[in-house]
Amino acid sequence: MTVPKHPIAVAMSGGVDSSTVAALLVRQGHAIVGMTMQLWNQRRLPELAVEGGVGRCCSLDDVYDARRVAEQVGIPYYVVNFERQFEEQVVKPFVDEYLAGRTPIPCTLCNNYIKFDRFLEMADSVGARQIATGHYARVRFDEATGRYQLLRAVDDSKDQTYFLCGLTQTQLARTLFPLGELTKPEVRELARSMGLAVASKHDSQEICFVPNGDYAAFMDAYLKDTGRDVPSMRGAIVTTDGRQLGEHDGVHHFTVGQRKGLGIAAGEPLYVISTDAASQRVVVGGNDDLWCGRFFAKDVNWISIAGVTAPARAQVKIRNKHSGALSTLYATQDPARVEVVFDEPQRAVTPGQGAVFYDADLVLGGGWIE
Amino acid sequence: MNSVQRFYFDHNATTPVAPEVLETLVTCLGQVYGNASSIHHFGQAAKQRLEGARRQLASLIHASATELVFTSGGTEADNLALAGSRPAHIVTSAIEHPAVLATCAQLERQGTAVTVLAVGSGGLVNPDDVRRALRPDTGLVSIMHANNELGVVQPIAEVGRITREAGVPLHSDGVQALGKIPVDVEALGVDLYSMSGHKLYAPKGVGALYVRKGTRLAAIAYGGHHERDRRAGTENVPGIVALGAAADLAASELAEESARLGALRDRLEKAVMDRISGAGVNGARWNRTPNTSNLYFDGIDGEALVIALDLRGFAVSTGSACSSGAITPSHVLTAIGLSADRARSSLRFSLGRSNTAAQVDALVDALEAAVAHLRRISVHA
Repeated sequence: MTVPKHPIAVAMSGGVDSSTVAALLVRQGHAIVGMTMQLWNQRRLPELAVEGGVGRCCSLDDVYDARRVAEQVGIPYYVVNFERQFEEQVVKPFVDEYLAGRTPIPCTLCNNYIKFDRFLEMADSVGARQIATGHYARVRFDEATGRYQLLRAVDDSKDQTYFLCGLTQTQLARTLFPLGELTKPEVRELARSMGLAVASKHDSQEICFVPNGDYAAFMDAYLKDTGRDVPSMRGAIVTTDGRQLGEHDGVHHFTVGQRKGLGIAAGEPLYVISTDAASQRVVVGGNDDLWCGRFFAKDVNWISIAGVTAPARAQVKIRNKHSGALSTLYATQDPARVEVVFDEPQRAVTPGQGAVFYDADLVLGGGWIE
Repeated sequence: MNSVQRFYFDHNATTPVAPEVLETLVTCLGQVYGNASSIHHFGQAAKQRLEGARRQLASLIHASATELVFTSGGTEADNLALAGSRPAHIVTSAIEHPAVLATCAQLERQGTAVTVLAVGSGGLVNPDDVRRALRPDTGLVSIMHANNELGVVQPIAEVGRITREAGVPLHSDGVQALGKIPVDVEALGVDLYSMSGHKLYAPKGVGALYVRKGTRLAAIAYGGHHERDRRAGTENVPGIVALGAAADLAASELAEESARLGALRDRLEKAVMDRISGAGVNGARWNRTPNTSNLYFDGIDGEALVIALDLRGFAVSTGSACSSGAITPSHVLTAIGLSADRARSSLRFSLGRSNTAAQVDALVDALEAAVAHLRRISVHA
């Protein structure tokens, strides 16, 4: 095949979404180079091996599927190894955040530093000016402001803008999200109509490198593997008024709002209110103690607007499955730090998670909950 | 879509089947279907072809035909040599092929003591290190003849004098040497020598292990009495016959072809260093197989360069591919002391029968353009 000067580089995971993107772009007449990012060696932590290994990234089965789609639609295809960068910029920060008593979102880091940074560099190296992924989101250039805007996907149940809130203008300018205007059933139907073998493949779940969503087991295995000296992480479980109710094996086993697995028998349901890595204390309380009216967001990346100076209205999502709370954003002296004041208090505002600001479908920007 | 013209510079990974070999292979595959163990005419015909091929390959390495055991390839030959020797202690080097290193790791799990010798910056094992590593219970020394990534030829004859004096058997993985440099198992003093068909313009799935007469070697798979009880399983007669034909071809062409490839390799290296800044040769420049060149391009991500070259029609390689096809850092380049950055910026070019001076010049043009592009967009290694 000829190699056009400026193909589109498609990030292919072997799943139905990115496979459909590749096939769709080929059908539209674009020149494509398909690439699968090898991010994590599943055999590295053998104690975490799960039967079947379903739904985990970078498995040989997924690479097989991606390769087969590339062959079917007739595009050059490569597996590129980003394991080193992924560990450095996603896995290590993920572990460190948990150890510090926060609840991180590795998917956002992966988008910021791997999929829309390292992958863009690799796209450059094959002469591609644009990249395309299977994310459910939309990008639009706004003449009036001269900014690339990020918009929620048409399929609300699949929208992934929460994890894309770190994308810069430069990154958005070069990114195509061909699935943003489609619903998941439409994508599956498209995949079927184009004869892709992955049309009915299950969706991936959870965080790709953590089997079965068991963060604590992953961290224990990873810390052991990297030989990092972890100080004794045992600590006390205390109530908001300071009474000790029990002990725990490390704050990384807990996340704000968690009820199960506290190992304490109490009359009323107890929830994790906060964790403190320095004192190794896990504070628990009743459901009422979880509600919070305001917080600060740091390291805010502004997308559809340049920032806020005067108080601005927004819907704020404080975790992926949150529906978004009506709020007012207040500027601080740091343009990348805002105070978010909810109209109504929200449950389980969790340090380390992302806070993403919306104006209807438009993503204004997003940062990290302090 | 039109086809991009494609040039193959990855002969250390595998070679195309030579036309002369292909003809022999296809004829044999179509006509010689007897089981070489059968008594009847069909079996005898197969047996004759099998033994003819054995003599051809034996002649290439100056061995006796009775000293050859055919295998499924180089990896099986290495496994048989190492595991079949049942050593209490084994001495090997850090730059061996995974077929040797992974077998050593498995033997270690089963109780064998393993000494892995470091190599110098040129990629050479120091024979004195072998001498110092020997112990009363050393059951095998395994040092490769030529390295697959650097092409560096090891001082096997010197090592052989040491092991022979100590009464320890010597194995050498000759997969990357056979057909590229003269191989004489007597002069080398090896007791076991691994060979692979598909690096020699024969097909994949066939190889051989030279076992010096008198060397103790146990089988590692069990079945019928094939190959003097050393390798059970019905012989792959067409593959073996093809290997024999390839051995004949190598014997007749070796001197001329190695001079031709050496000149092409020098042409490649000179042009790269004249025209591309921050480029150079990894490992020793002397005493290499004539077809292999391992070059670094400072500031370049080797993986990106391989992909960029492939899209321009040039097949080269870097490091070794893992099961997904992604590139992993080369243990050989690390072992010769390269920094992680330089190892990641390195590519292997391995020339063969099909390559011409015009192809090498086209490769250098593509390299110059691709390296300039990658440096401009600053994809960091």
